[in-house]
Parts: sequence; C-alpha cells; structure tokens
Amino acid sequence: MFKLTVYDRESITPLRSLATNTGSIVAALFVISIVFLLCGVNPLYAIGKIFSGSFGSMYGFKETVTKAIPLILTGGGLALAFRAKFWNIGAEGQILMGALMGTWVGLAWGAVLPSFVLITLMFLAGFIGGALLGLIPALLKIKFSINEVISTLMLNYICAELITMLIVGPWKGSTRFGFPGTNNLADAALLDVIPGSRIHYVTLILAIIAVLILSVIVYRTRFGYEVRVIGENPEAGKYAGIDFFRTTLVIMLVSGGLAGVAGVGELAGIHHYLGYPASISSGYGFTAIIVAWLAKLNPMYVLVSAMFFAGIIVGGDAIQISLGLPGATVQIVNGILLIFLIMGDYFLKHKVVVSFSNNPS
Amino acid sequence: MEDVVISVLHRTMVAGTPLLLGTVGEVICERSGILNLGVEGVMSVGAVVAFIVTYTTGNPWLALLAAICAGMLISVLHAFASVTLQANQVVSGLALTMIGLGLSGMLGKPYVGKPLAVKMNDVAIPWLSDIPFVGPLFFKQSPFFYMAIILALAAWFFLERTLPGIKVRSAGENPGATETQGVNVALLRYACVITGGAFSAMAGAHLSTSYSKSWIEGMTAGRGWIVIALTIFSLWNPGKAIMGAFIFGGVFVLQYLLQPLGISPNFLAMLPYVSTLLILLAMSTKDRRKLNAPAQLGEPYKRGER
Repeated sequence: MFKLTVYDRESITPLRSLATNTGSIVAALFVISIVFLLCGVNPLYAIGKIFSGSFGSMYGFKETVTKAIPLILTGGGLALAFRAKFWNIGAEGQILMGALMGTWVGLAWGAVLPSFVLITLMFLAGFIGGALLGLIPALLKIKFSINEVISTLMLNYICAELITMLIVGPWKGSTRFGFPGTNNLADAALLDVIPGSRIHYVTLILAIIAVLILSVIVYRTRFGYEVRVIGENPEAGKYAGIDFFRTTLVIMLVSGGLAGVAGVGELAGIHHYLGYPASISSGYGFTAIIVAWLAKLNPMYVLVSAMFFAGIIVGGDAIQISLGLPGATVQIVNGILLIFLIMGDYFLKHKVVVSFSNNPS
Repeated sequence: MEDVVISVLHRTMVAGTPLLLGTVGEVICERSGILNLGVEGVMSVGAVVAFIVTYTTGNPWLALLAAICAGMLISVLHAFASVTLQANQVVSGLALTMIGLGLSGMLGKPYVGKPLAVKMNDVAIPWLSDIPFVGPLFFKQSPFFYMAIILALAAWFFLERTLPGIKVRSAGENPGATETQGVNVALLRYACVITGGAFSAMAGAHLSTSYSKSWIEGMTAGRGWIVIALTIFSLWNPGKAIMGAFIFGGVFVLQYLLQPLGISPNFLAMLPYVSTLLILLAMSTKDRRKLNAPAQLGEPYKRGER
C-alpha cells in the first residue's frame, strides 16, 4: 500500500516557485492536449502551431508584443489589486471606459490640439475613466460591503452596453455608412507604430514604466507594505492602523486607471475609432487576470507572463485559421492554464510525500 | 388588459426560472462553505449540451439529463481545486467560468443559428390550469418552472429541516466542529459543489431548449453572475430565492415592455445589471453576519487545524 503524507513547506524559494509554475503549465498543456485530441486535432501539432505562430516568426513576434501591451498594463494593475485580495474582475469594463474617454477627447479636440498635447490628454482621460470606474466597486465594498466580484462584473456589462448605445446612437459616425462606430479619430490623435508592425510603442513604454513603478511601490514603499498586509492578514492590518478605505481606493484608482490607459492604447494605436466593445477589447481584462496570477502578483514578472499569454492569443488566432478551430479554443486554453496554476500553489505551499509500506494502517 | 397582465407575468415566471434554478444550486454550494463563481460557465455548458442532444435526438428530457451530467462533471474541477487543493475559490471559480464558456463555444460552434425542431413543451396541469388568472400564470408553464419551484422548496426543506441539511450548513459555519461530529467535510463539500453544478446546468438547459430554442455564444448573458448576487439577496435561503429570482425575471421582461417607448435597447439591456447593483446596495445596510452568510464561506478548510 502507499500513503500520501502532506507537510507544510517552511519557505518558498523563487526557484521552487518557478519550478512549480513550469510544472503547472506542463500539466495544463497535457490536459489541453486531451481537449485537442477530442476535437480530432493532433495536439502536438496544435500546441506547436500556437507557439510557432506567436514566437516563431518576426511577424508573429511583433503581433505578440502588440497584444502584450494591454496585458502588461492591465495585468500590472490587477497584480496590485489581487495583492490586497481585491478581486477586480472589471478590467474589461475599465479598458472600455478608458477607450470611451479617449474617444471623447480625441473627437472633441482632434482638430485643434497638437498631437503631443492631444495624446497626453487622451491617455489622461483614459486613466481617469478607468480609475473612476474602478472607484465604484471600491466604494461599494468598503462602505456597503458589496462583493467586488459581482460589482466589477456588472459594471463590465454596463460599460459594454453604454458603448454600444453611444456608437449606434449619438456618437455614430457620418463616415461609417450607417454601420455602428464613431468616425475615425483625427491623425493627431493616433499613436505612431514601429514601422512594419502594429506596435504602438508609446503605450508599450508607458506599460513598462507602469510595471517598474508598481514594483517599486509594492516592494519598497509603506503603501505597498500596507497593500500586502491587507491581503495577507487584514486583522493585523486593522490593529496596525492601516486605513482600509484610503488604501483600497488608491489600489482601485491605479488598477482601473492602468486598464483605462490600455483602452486608449487599443483605441489610438490599433482601431483608430470606437467600435463594438468586443472588438475594442477581446477579453484582455479577463486574460490579464491569468497574467497577474502567473506572475505570482509580482509586477515585474507581469512583463514575462503578459508576453506568454499574448503569444497564446496570437497563436490561438493562427490555429483558428489553419486548423479551423473556433475562437473559444483560446478561452479553454486560458481557463485550463489558470486552474492548473492555482492548483500548483498547493504543491508550492505543501510537500506531498508518497511512502510505500507493507502494513497498511 | 387582463390578458396583457397575464402575459407579462407569465413571461416574468419564464425569465425567472433559470435564475431560480441557478440560485438554489449556488445556495446549496455556498451553504457548505464553498463559493462557486463558475455558475456562468456551467450554465453555458448546460445550455450547449442540452441544445446539441435535443438537436440530434429530438428528446429534450434526455438532453436535460445529459446537461445535468455535464454540469456535474465539470464542477468536479472546482471541487477538486477548492476542497482538495484548498485553492483560492475566487480564482478557481473564474477559471471554471472561462473553461465553461470556452468549452461551450467550441462544442456549440457547428450549431450556431440552427433552430430546434422540438423543444421542452409547456405542460398545462389539469384542473389547476383552468383557474382564472392563477391558472395560466402558474399551471401552464414549462416543466422547468415546476421543477425549479419544487426543487427550491425541497432544497429549503433539506437545508432547514433534515439532518444532512444541518451537516451541510454546519460545514459552512464551522467545518472543524463538524468534522469532530464524524462528518466528512471534504466529501460533503464535493457533493454540494457538484449538486450546485447540476442546478446551474439545468438553468442552462432551460435557456437553450425552452426559453429560446437556439444556441448562440454568450447566451447566458451574465445570468450566472446575477445568480451569485441573488444568493446574497435571498440570504442563502432557497425559499427566499423564489421571490428574488422572479423579481429579476420581471426586470428582464421590463426591458421588452419599455422598448416600444423609444428608449435605447442598449440602455434597457443595462437594467438587470444595474438592478443587481441596486439590490446589493439595498441589502448592505445589515452587516455580514446578520445577512446570514455562512461564516466560513470561501475559506479553505484544512483538516486538523484550528
């Protein structure tokens, strides 16, 4: 007979953390393979195709970087929120709100302001839009103890409907031939891209600066310490005199604001007009949750995990075309990866020993 | 006029049915101490499986059975992660939703836009359905409606009046003490999560085989999340869930009632989500304990720890 014994690990080294994450990803890929097999697709070919599609060619790599931009911004903000165990599931709505505010500024002053000022204002407006939307669930949670998972999700739906309402109604562009969507933003409102790619580098630079600042905040400031205490031991936080209200508001201001910036990036860098919500953000807000989780809520690691999941998005598009798999495939891949990542945490915190003995007890 | 009132109320009942099924399932699950945010995903899987089976076999009852099995099966994932591996239940539930939505999108791809030749037909209960006003409202409904009401009442009786029900509740309040009474808390929680999955899948089956007779991606439209809010609204009581679910059913119907007034349909589509927030706001005057929330909801239970 064999017996499973579970011990608590005393310490967690970064190396073990990396090993556990790798193990989780491998296990997840194994299960994903089974899903592919059931779909009648050769899993090795499909998974190979995902990664060759995203990292195997210059074109794929450039696309991966492009898709990583919103994931870095949003994932970084979520890492901060999740550290305080504030479950912001509303990044999708916050991205949309950023795009909405950016559109508003872009359409209103596109013709009169110089590009630099205009784009700065758009990013600022996007940040404010996302931040204000993020403040709502924070207020609701602290003042009325309303579960933030539900409130952030409801706001996602509300934002999506709001944007649709605007683009079929008052904001509908005269140049769209009756189709929903605003007019194109003026050239001054558009972000430059690296030639031969869709990488809107201004947003990329903002994203990298954001995670750098975030990691300083999390690991080097009193505020970051408070965030961690709130997440790990709220009781102790209360006794230590941490202002939950203020801290939570700031967390959501930053988390929502960064998502809003990502929304402006998508708007001004990729789409150039406000269209259907699903085209502005195809689930970045949800993928960013997994990005933050894979990064172990460390803002610096978000850079790496955002690239990984951007790769899956790009590679997922590639296999959709070449293997005829539906778009939902990426969602399954992401979901399976996420559940394996959190299941892996158990083995990070515990040591499971299999022992064989002759006398079963 | 009376016809209009009956028709509106009838549609309210229909719209409330999946919400009631989902809420009762979530109440059972949360009462045992496990928060399951996977409802939206499981509902979606239930909807697609029920649609596919009805489409291929023409038997909506078989489809319901298949949907329930699928819902239970996929819920094991959440049970394993949150009970056995003590993982974070919020994230695990979200993962379940992603997997569920993805899986249903993938399985349902070939069936998008195909109408069902058969559906779960409404059943008029003899005698009772002839009662004026009340009859057509409550006794000329789809079998899902009857099942939802009966299951809600049964779940109430089970949780509040039977010994196993007390075990479920105490597992959510104080798993350590429950374990000392000789109850296998882990097993019990598995059972509750899986039962919750069965209910969510039924709700999904209602959507695709009775409510709309078609499958499109995202047809659950946030109902799984509204269910989670309704669980709070009903104070974790399946009996009160009946009222909550049909109030929200009314909100869904209100959208269509107001549309002829020239209000933007997108604005009206916000109604259920705004109402959810408002209802939670109205509930929040009391503190969490008074709300009757299970004390250990969402907290992983580790055997032998105090």
